[in-house]
Amino acid sequence: MHAAASPVERFRQLRGAGIAWPRYTTEVVIALSALIAVWAAIQYSQSFMTGLIVGSLYALSAVGLTLIYSIARTPHFAHGDTMMMAAYFTFFALTGVVIGSKGDVVSPIRIDRLPGATDQIWRFSFGYGFLLACVVSAILSIPVLLLINRFIYRPLLGRGSGSAIIAVASLGVAIALRGLILLIWGATPRKYSTGIRDTVQVWKLPRVVADQYFILVVALVLTILVSWLLFRTKLGTSMRAMADNPDLARASGIVAADVTRWTWIIAGVLITAAGTLLALQSQLSADLGFVLLLPIFAAAIFGGVGSPQGAFLGGLIIGVVSEVTVATGLFSPGYKIAVAMVALILVILFRPSGLMGPK
Amino acid sequence: MTDVAPILSARDIVSGYGPVQILKGVSVEVLPGEIVTIIGPNGAGKSTLLKAIFGLLPVTEGHVSLHGVDITRLSTENLVRAGIGFVPQTNNVFSSLTIRENLLMGGFIRDEGLQDRFDWVVSLFPDLGSRLSEKTGKLSGGQRQMVAIGRALMLEPKILLLDEPSASLSPKMSEMVFEKVREINGLGTAALMVEQDAQRALAISHRGYVLAAGENRYEGPASDLLGSDDVRRLYLGA
Repeated sequence: MHAAASPVERFRQLRGAGIAWPRYTTEVVIALSALIAVWAAIQYSQSFMTGLIVGSLYALSAVGLTLIYSIARTPHFAHGDTMMMAAYFTFFALTGVVIGSKGDVVSPIRIDRLPGATDQIWRFSFGYGFLLACVVSAILSIPVLLLINRFIYRPLLGRGSGSAIIAVASLGVAIALRGLILLIWGATPRKYSTGIRDTVQVWKLPRVVADQYFILVVALVLTILVSWLLFRTKLGTSMRAMADNPDLARASGIVAADVTRWTWIIAGVLITAAGTLLALQSQLSADLGFVLLLPIFAAAIFGGVGSPQGAFLGGLIIGVVSEVTVATGLFSPGYKIAVAMVALILVILFRPSGLMGPK
Repeated sequence: MTDVAPILSARDIVSGYGPVQILKGVSVEVLPGEIVTIIGPNGAGKSTLLKAIFGLLPVTEGHVSLHGVDITRLSTENLVRAGIGFVPQTNNVFSSLTIRENLLMGGFIRDEGLQDRFDWVVSLFPDLGSRLSEKTGKLSGGQRQMVAIGRALMLEPKILLLDEPSASLSPKMSEMVFEKVREINGLGTAALMVEQDAQRALAISHRGYVLAAGENRYEGPASDLLGSDDVRRLYLGA
């Protein structure tokens, strides 16, 4: 007598272990998804646009996260908090403000005092001082990240600690960083600039705040640069080699510590950009990075861990799905991330390596 | 032994995995231009010896020297720079990288002559030449082994360490791999090879060592080992 197959077994069969999918299934699913995306873009253009902007922030964060995980072998749960650290560094470089015992204390050395530093570029809310502050923030953030790697992650990895231990250690780093941010800048949310934000309409696209175009373009440009670096340079190839097979990379003369260091430096640039743009889009708040950790991880997994293009695409999809499903009125805004998570679960059930991960 | 100075000399090597001692004082030598094969039953410590020489396992006692220079404590990365090429038994290619990228990674630390060496390696493996843009993860076992050997040759190593190059290959592909090893040796690269297919490996080798339970059991010219009744009965399945 045959026992009936359990739902789990039937699902395994459905996944392809026992049943061959009809020909062109993948193509049909992609075509349907594309049609739904086009329909959503037309029908809910404003939400679609907002989703792209929110998604580009997830994307930029996820690209850094996926590099750290796949090359430096670190499940970096402090990613959101390091982003906020960088965002506050930008704030400090720009305004010189830290919290004192009787209110804010302002450093005499501050970029916004430079001539014309706050004069708005095009219709953005910021001037060249903000961009200069971003550079200073990266210069401050990268050594902090390298120190965290050198004194926390590297010793643990050297001892052969598993992912769970390193993940817990990174949670410790996250909590410590958040505490430091609160200590230095306080719990009151802050902004880079307090002026009115201009909106623009490009071609027939929905009208959005000019800064949001800046966010979208920076996310796209940085992802292209990272992809170019990974796939077109010697350093990038050695980084991919390390991600693929660390022992063989060593047997080829690649010094693992050097590659890991470069990975953290590149991730530091991405972390600075992601954190600062996130704060530009909303505000500076110590716990904002941690709140967004879930969609950032989701974006990296959605796209395929180790693939920067996948992480970028995953971020955009998570952002758009979250916003558009709420706009349809089927779900209340509180469920927007839940809908994105369901989409993620469906993708990884049928394609565990993500959209653009290794087959 | 002859008076020729060995390229590689491993003396009284003690090594293993953590507290488990696998090698209990093994010694091997490779002279210039030689192919030397190490055979022995499973668990004899053959692969462990290659890993210890290549710095992948700690050498707790004994010394390894390359051209008379002590390299016992050098890191794997520095052993590569010193002139040792290593082809692991498994996971011996970067499967997500193309054939071209695999070969270029083999020459990662090369300052000059990279393109010339790349062309030379490709000419050695003409089958790979037309597929340079393919990912190695999609190649057959034999083709992957060719990429792995090609990668190790990119730095013009003084000696090539090969860990069971014919493992999991069809007899035809094994034959091809051994033929390539012989060809590479004929071009001037010495080789120290660990192999389960002892008959074929010894057939292309100059000398051989037989290990058992982490110790040297026999050594001598490959033809003598092939002709030895003891070795044939115990280790060659005759």
